[in-house]
Amino acid sequence: MLAYIIRRVAQSILVLFVVGLVAFSMFRFVGDPIDNMLGQERTQADIERLREQLGLDQPFVVQYWRFLEQAVQGNFGLSYRQGRPVSEILIERLPATLELAFVSGLMALAGGIALGIFTAIRRRGLSANIIMTASLIGVSLPTFLIGILLIYLFSVELGWLPSFGRGEVTDLGWWTTGFLTESGLKALILPAITLGLYQMTLIMRLVRTEMLEVLRMDYIRFARARGIRERAINFRHALKNTLVPVITITGLQLGSIIAFAIITETVFQWPGVGLLFINAIQFVDIPVMAAYLMLISVMFVGINLIVDMLYFAIDPRLRADRTQGGH
Amino acid sequence: MTDTPVLSVRDLVVEIPTRHGVLRPVDNVSYDIHAGEILGVVGESGAGKSMTGNAVIGLLDRPARIVSGEILLSGQPIQGLKRDAIRKLRGKKMGMIFQDPLTSLNPLLTVGDQLTETILEHLKVGQTEARKRAIAALEEVGIPAAAQRINSYPHEFSGGMRQRVVIALALCAEPDLVIADEPTTALDVSVQAQIVALLKRLCRERGVAVMLVTHDMGVIAEAADRVAVMYAGRLAELGPVREVLTQARHPYTAGLMASTPLASQGRKRLRQIPGSMPRLGALPTGCAFHPRCEFAQDKCRQEPGPTLDRCDGRAACWFPLTAKQEVSA
Repeated sequence: MLAYIIRRVAQSILVLFVVGLVAFSMFRFVGDPIDNMLGQERTQADIERLREQLGLDQPFVVQYWRFLEQAVQGNFGLSYRQGRPVSEILIERLPATLELAFVSGLMALAGGIALGIFTAIRRRGLSANIIMTASLIGVSLPTFLIGILLIYLFSVELGWLPSFGRGEVTDLGWWTTGFLTESGLKALILPAITLGLYQMTLIMRLVRTEMLEVLRMDYIRFARARGIRERAINFRHALKNTLVPVITITGLQLGSIIAFAIITETVFQWPGVGLLFINAIQFVDIPVMAAYLMLISVMFVGINLIVDMLYFAIDPRLRADRTQGGH
Repeated sequence: MTDTPVLSVRDLVVEIPTRHGVLRPVDNVSYDIHAGEILGVVGESGAGKSMTGNAVIGLLDRPARIVSGEILLSGQPIQGLKRDAIRKLRGKKMGMIFQDPLTSLNPLLTVGDQLTETILEHLKVGQTEARKRAIAALEEVGIPAAAQRINSYPHEFSGGMRQRVVIALALCAEPDLVIADEPTTALDVSVQAQIVALLKRLCRERGVAVMLVTHDMGVIAEAADRVAVMYAGRLAELGPVREVLTQARHPYTAGLMASTPLASQGRKRLRQIPGSMPRLGALPTGCAFHPRCEFAQDKCRQEPGPTLDRCDGRAACWFPLTAKQEVSA
């Protein structure tokens, strides 16, 4: 098992190297940052001085190495637009995105698993069929449209919930949270639904399919033949056996929740890293874009690593094959 | 042994409604099994053997359903009971053993989890006592070092050992009746013999009634006290195993025996029963076996075969074979 973990970590590092290369390449291929940083009235001397100061006169490999060296230390340079360290800006914006992703991920997971089990057990029931049909809408509507519809209904027509922003936040020094104030919580509801709805329907359909598959297995029949209660069969015997594929997909989805947050954050003007990234694109603020890219890939890789570890926790067959050498 | 049979099936009919009409995978089947007795049920695939077992234990897959007949467990009818009441009978009064031990055990729960769960469900004992009984159950089916193995997962056992675990699971709440649905089919031949011997031993020691569903005549000859031969959903022949195997009265049983290789017969060419069993949707008129029967007469083509209780109680045939008649190919 240890060998497996080491191998996976090595693979993850390789992935990060490649992403780092892509992120770094942006600096070279998306225009000359010097043009943007210095105004119209500039001299050749200014340009040379800045170029030297930023290290842009060095060869590609050296620049890439320096970039990685700095990136590992959390230093992504100065934002072209704001003139402040990128890491500072990211840290400022990150809590908003993570809180949003956390709430909508939790919602998607809890709702998806519960509805998935329900629709699998009552697969001929009317309510299960209604849920399944409704879930098609959730899968097929684009995120921004759901967001706009929700804003129209709950903010414009009913006026119950705010349509943009994060509400009042509490500053804990290293973290700003919207969980502690009423307006912060209220502001969280619509974006969380918008972001989590698609993931929820996806998880629900996955759990349902897996569950139906497992309920046909011999060991479920055998458990029935032993007189085990339906509740225990559904939750103890069946649900656990559906978890491996569910965790795989959920892990990937959690990554994309953070990535998809770009759209939701734009619709709701949510002050997170996604919105920061969109603004950075508009202003060709490459250090911010590169840092965002690296951040997302670290998260994806990290989540996948955790998912791989979870397999071991769930399925004893994997554990045994590594530690005891089989049967 | 008491007079009341542990299991009594009377005129059982199972039907499956389909778009092309109603199928009858089990048609007017009646038999008894007494305590300490093994009833072998044989027949080709699709003859209704397993369906009968599933009907008894109340695990018919929809849309199959019992439309008439009676199932009495120690004299008590079990139809009409609520679902939860039947569930409580399963495991406690009747256990079931499935064909494939590789898929019958939940791969994510330890053997001990599955055993104690069943024991706690049916017997009024505490956690410690349940665990003690689980270990005893494993020992009884011949699992070495049961106290340690109880914490193992199913994949850590071999196929034969897993089938022993399955048997321990089916018996751990001490049922009076065990339905063994092809318990040896998925196993190696050498392991098959062990499992058959184990079933026989448990049956004798505990006085359990066993319904042994199989298509293996060898297993029947080895284990069963009486044998029921099924064909196209009906009982073709029912009788003590020695008589049925040596002096078959129903032409189908005779054909089945003639097509079973026996070491004692040397290298004789095996006979086959011509044709194959009809599909349930396309049963011939008259006796279902007549198109394949070499003794078929006009009566067999026109009138449905007799049920067992309307003839001699042994072979459901208008013209049962006498001792002298031999099947010729």
